Amino acid sequence: MQEIGQQLFNGLIWGGVYALIALGYTMVYGVLRLINFAHGDVYMVGAYLAFFTASALSVQAHSPAGMLLVLLAAMAGCGLLGFTIERAAYKPVRRAPRLTALITAIGVSLLLENGGQLVFGPNPRPFPAIVPDRAIASLGTVAVSSVQVMILGAVAVLLVGLQTLVQRTKVGKAMRAVSYNRDAASLMGINVDNIITFTFVLGSALAAVAGILVGLYTGTIDPLMGLLPGMKAFVAAVLGGIGSIPGAMLGGLVLGMAEVLVVAAGYSTYRDAIAFALLVLVLLLRPTGLLGTGAVEKV
Amino acid sequence: MSPRRGIGTGAALLLVAVLAGLLAILGSVLGNPELFDAYAFRILMVMGINVTLAVSLNLVNGLAGQFSIGHAGFMSVGAYTSAALTYYVMRQAQGGAADIAWMVAALAVGGLAGAIAGLVVGLPSLRLRGDYLAIVTLGFGEIIRILILNIDAVGGPRGLSGIPRLTSFFWVWAVALGTVALSRNLATSTHGRALMAIREDELAAECLGVNTVRYKVAAFVLSSALAGVAGALYAHYDAYLNPASFSFLRSFEIIIMVILGGMGSTSGAVVGAVIITLLPELLRSAAQERMVVYAVLLILLMLLRPQGLMGSREVTLRGLRALWPRRKGVAR
Repeated sequence: MQEIGQQLFNGLIWGGVYALIALGYTMVYGVLRLINFAHGDVYMVGAYLAFFTASALSVQAHSPAGMLLVLLAAMAGCGLLGFTIERAAYKPVRRAPRLTALITAIGVSLLLENGGQLVFGPNPRPFPAIVPDRAIASLGTVAVSSVQVMILGAVAVLLVGLQTLVQRTKVGKAMRAVSYNRDAASLMGINVDNIITFTFVLGSALAAVAGILVGLYTGTIDPLMGLLPGMKAFVAAVLGGIGSIPGAMLGGLVLGMAEVLVVAAGYSTYRDAIAFALLVLVLLLRPTGLLGTGAVEKV
Repeated sequence: MSPRRGIGTGAALLLVAVLAGLLAILGSVLGNPELFDAYAFRILMVMGINVTLAVSLNLVNGLAGQFSIGHAGFMSVGAYTSAALTYYVMRQAQGGAADIAWMVAALAVGGLAGAIAGLVVGLPSLRLRGDYLAIVTLGFGEIIRILILNIDAVGGPRGLSGIPRLTSFFWVWAVALGTVALSRNLATSTHGRALMAIREDELAAECLGVNTVRYKVAAFVLSSALAGVAGALYAHYDAYLNPASFSFLRSFEIIIMVILGGMGSTSGAVVGAVIITLLPELLRSAAQERMVVYAVLLILLMLLRPQGLMGSREVTLRGLRALWPRRKGVAR
């Protein structure tokens, strides 16, 4: 029984990771109606940027300043990457059929994965322990480590922060307007290009946060680390209702739990299939996701 | 009554027989390592299988306009089912007429398995459109791969080796040419027009009385069946199958062939398959950079020429004939 408790807690942590990555998918889809396939790979680049910054500065554990520096460098780098991808690849096809944009996104994803293998080398690297990962508390029989607390904390902070940003600020209002109707938003004096770029940069910077946390949690990073988590995070975003920030969180947690339950039931080899099975079920039974709102197709 | 176009049934049969004879002769010449380079021969074989895959995917992605990213899944279903048959029942290639009969059986079983998988996946998925359909077919492709990974009878993660080598040049290119002919005839038939109507505007097609669900599922099943046949050819060529070779990257590769050639054009799919088969061989010295080149190619294509090399145009006999006088003019 104690194993179940620990397993469920681990599921919660992985759910939190999926949720963090899913935020980027859901925000970009919200304003652009584009599945940004490359998002999972931006998260990988974030982890590598942190790795290289930490190595270059030889950041030691227990150094909050160094940690903050690594975090900021990775976020800035990924933000810049997101900006470049958006301007170079997605903006030119924004008015093209949606499939063109989707294929472009697949191309960018392949480029980052294979470029990553070329530039960073295909082998996994140990991620520097810039935060000491030690057990800091135990809830009954469940051991809780510092990195796990950081992941849950990041999920909570970003949920509240992003909800506030989208619902309460001027930029958020503009984002919602662009999401609702791009042309009408433009007519209302909203600079649609800037809003889309802002969303991309923000989503990419958040992917860097997820990349660092996963690097700390699993201890290794590799150029294909974004492939499967990226897809699962996308599933999480669809599960919760794509375009909805609380939905991405909920979807991530549900997915993390579902995976752990499958493993606990003794079907660990099916772990990676459960995400896709959930995706198929959700799209067939409730295409708008758990918290999403449907759009009526007008003729 | 409109005048009949094309050739009569008798002439068509004769044409098929002549082509089959030519393929058999060509196969025996090219397949002889003393007469023809074995490496080049292998490329020709892979190319034929890729042509079948690309042209069959084009039926769904190009003709019917439904973006599917699960083609490798259907290929693997055909490959594994047919391989299980020959591996467990036939065991070894015996040569002669028995091999031909087994090859035909393997192709039929592969096609049937692909069709069934296509029906099971297509019926629920094709209610979705655009990027949702894409992502669901991707999901199904991965589910199929993980299921195979868990079936120990076909080797699971170890892969299945020792499949009888039955695939010959003749079968690969007979299937490829057959698929091309089928695709061309379908595109110009009533059913093909209905699929194109769905591609251009699903709602309008529905209003005009096209049973959109039925047509979409039918196209999907046909496409999956052909992918299954291609899978059977692949399984009995290398005599080894591994689930890892049917990941979504394989599906992406087939999609790149279709998009490069021009979605909706059968000859485009052929051109795409030929280029994507040759490209890695040309880039063999830079194997690591190969996928990067693919990726850049794909992005540039979308930015500069989203309709692909051929667009929706076709290479036709009449079109080729029309080229002649112009060439002469240039020569003079």
